[in-house]
Amino acid sequence: MIGTRKDLLGLEDLSSEEIVSILDTARTFREVLDRPIPKVPSLRGLTAANLFFEASTRTRLSFELAEKRLSADTVNFQTSGSSVSKGESLKDTARNIEAMGIHLVVIRHQSSGAPHYLARNLDAGVINAGDGTHEHPTQGLLDIFTIRERRGSIAGLRVAIIGDIAHSRVARSNIWGLIKLGASVTVAGPPTMMPLEVERFGVKVARSVDEAIEGADVVNILRIQLERQRSTLYSSLREYARVYGVTSARLRRAKRDVTVMHPGPMNRGVEIAQDVADGKHSVILEQVTNGVAVRMAVLYLLAGHKAPDESVPGPHATETQKAHGEPSLHPRR
Amino acid sequence: MDPARGIDRVQDLWIVDGAIAGLGEDAPADVRSNRSAEIMQVPGSVICPGLVDIHVHLREPGQEEKETIESGTLAAARGGFTTVACMPNTTPPLDDRPRIEYVVRRARESGHARVHPIAAVTRGQMGEQLTEIEDLVQAGAVAVSDDGKPVRNAEIMRRALELTRALGVPVIQHAEDPDLKGDGVMHEGWTSTRLGMKGIPAAAESVMVARDALLAELTGGHVHVAHVSAGRSVEIIRKARARGIRMTAETAPHYLVLTDEAVEGFDPRTKMNPPLRSAKDRDTLIEGIVDGTIDCLATDHAPHTEIEKDSDFDGAPFGIVGLETALGLYIKALVEPKHLSLSELILRLTVNPLRVLGLPGGTLEAGQPADVTVFDPARRWTVRAAEFASMGRNTPFEGWELPGRVALTMLGGRITYRAAALETSAR
Repeated sequence: MIGTRKDLLGLEDLSSEEIVSILDTARTFREVLDRPIPKVPSLRGLTAANLFFEASTRTRLSFELAEKRLSADTVNFQTSGSSVSKGESLKDTARNIEAMGIHLVVIRHQSSGAPHYLARNLDAGVINAGDGTHEHPTQGLLDIFTIRERRGSIAGLRVAIIGDIAHSRVARSNIWGLIKLGASVTVAGPPTMMPLEVERFGVKVARSVDEAIEGADVVNILRIQLERQRSTLYSSLREYARVYGVTSARLRRAKRDVTVMHPGPMNRGVEIAQDVADGKHSVILEQVTNGVAVRMAVLYLLAGHKAPDESVPGPHATETQKAHGEPSLHPRR
Repeated sequence: MDPARGIDRVQDLWIVDGAIAGLGEDAPADVRSNRSAEIMQVPGSVICPGLVDIHVHLREPGQEEKETIESGTLAAARGGFTTVACMPNTTPPLDDRPRIEYVVRRARESGHARVHPIAAVTRGQMGEQLTEIEDLVQAGAVAVSDDGKPVRNAEIMRRALELTRALGVPVIQHAEDPDLKGDGVMHEGWTSTRLGMKGIPAAAESVMVARDALLAELTGGHVHVAHVSAGRSVEIIRKARARGIRMTAETAPHYLVLTDEAVEGFDPRTKMNPPLRSAKDRDTLIEGIVDGTIDCLATDHAPHTEIEKDSDFDGAPFGIVGLETALGLYIKALVEPKHLSLSELILRLTVNPLRVLGLPGGTLEAGQPADVTVFDPARRWTVRAAEFASMGRNTPFEGWELPGRVALTMLGGRITYRAAALETSAR
């Protein structure tokens, strides 16, 4: 399904079939990661550039690892020390990188829509690794993948998303993906962090964390950031922790086997209590592992589309099979 | 068509030595019998007083890579405008007499329209210290404004209104609360929520309009609200006027034909300040135009270079060009859906803006300078930014098919724009 796309810019754009296709592909790559030598030759000969215009540790590492596990060549680019600080435009930076023969561009940028701008201007496939406060589609996908692994399916689940919805790209991608797959999503957070007309996403807005957690199958807790620019949104982390922090006492309102998630990095003791973060319901580290598999699936599906010979070997291919390119998970035309 | 005098009929317009000699049978007999006169036939077209835009950015001095007085007034002529008032947010800003005099002189040397400079309210448009307003007005400024930014400080706004009241010029306010705007880039609503874009609430404009209405009441001064975009602002202005407060207002074409949904594709050509607002705001603006709460129709012509606008949304500057598409867009938004008659539209594009600035003209009365616009209200044309006379190509209307093709623009009897298709003949 995703094979006709050049780019992955957001989950809003994807159909439920496309999302399921990515999740199914990710399932296969997840098995690859458990092998003694967790590497396949699927993207051999292709080069991916990771353009990070905004600080990131885990997403950048996860993409780079996914690319390496697929045998792609990788180049990394971060704003500090690059020519972006010399005033070069986003377009020129990208064009230069493309002139070096890059097939796939992974971009993290502080401006919403920056990957869309790149996608319009580049022949290379563009993967949005987080744009401003818009979307973070691979995070959404890995969260949904993790939920599906844990709970079997998405349809009919009650998912609570707690925190700064207005400024969270993780929230947007989760909401789009979960709703497309039939989950019921409830959001909760400070009124100052709830965007206008949020209910038009198709979510319920809870008046309190307790109300959101009540009967939930999944509680996804967003990282809270109260840096200078957002200082008018809330008084203090202390107050936030008291009113919106997810504690084991609050979690008792959820289903007994609730799944607790967090995109990281966590502010322990603020949005998530220590015992919740490390408790038996937490799948936070699984999310990280699954992130690599999901990103492998996205890279694979997009690169498959880009491959010059249209025969990228699938994840089951071994070094000896690679010339035959079978079995490909991806239908070719 | 001369809406100021209620004239709308098929007849001849006579021009002698750059001035209007008369209409139809009103023309002196010797003029009508003059065998050497040049005759232009414009069947199906409207002949009206030259259009007036009280809100343009000509960018000169200092930002000549975006626009010059020459290119900006050529764009005006091409759009049917013979008079423009230019905003002072140049580099340096128009905040002292030599700079106003410079614009007046450059317009005389290279202008293709009458150019009335608007001076800054505060030095450097920094919002702290008032400019020498009386000196600036004597030098030719027709109003004061810190456009691009609001006059944030209520005390300074109050004093500016007291000083301008005596001089008979308005303070033109870019109504916006800077704190509420924050680093917003588009209208705050469902589209900004969906796109994860920082929003500018409609209230950022309306709270400033409300404040200024109270200050105009306090001082008896004249506040002109620039580029009204929000429905609530219209309601506040309407109430203020009903109480006798001297408040006038303008809007721009894009607020009538686009809404915030146009930002959908992150296209920086849909980025302007104030931002494109909701459909409800748009409808209230149209009501305000119809009932006269919004006196006049401007463009907020804001040219930027292609390099600046070819960017991700956040990185691009605010503003779009407007002079060469305004007439067509206004006909499309207001006349075709029958909100206004063509004559009522022309009134809002001629006499009304001049009246806001306390300037004469805007009619085809005998003796007036021959500032004349000829356009075919029905003739459709396609917007091609590459053909603009403006150096700015930043328009969201590329490829739009619009009515109201301008055939001829005349400034004091001199032709400043003539469509290639227009034929003329000697008698």
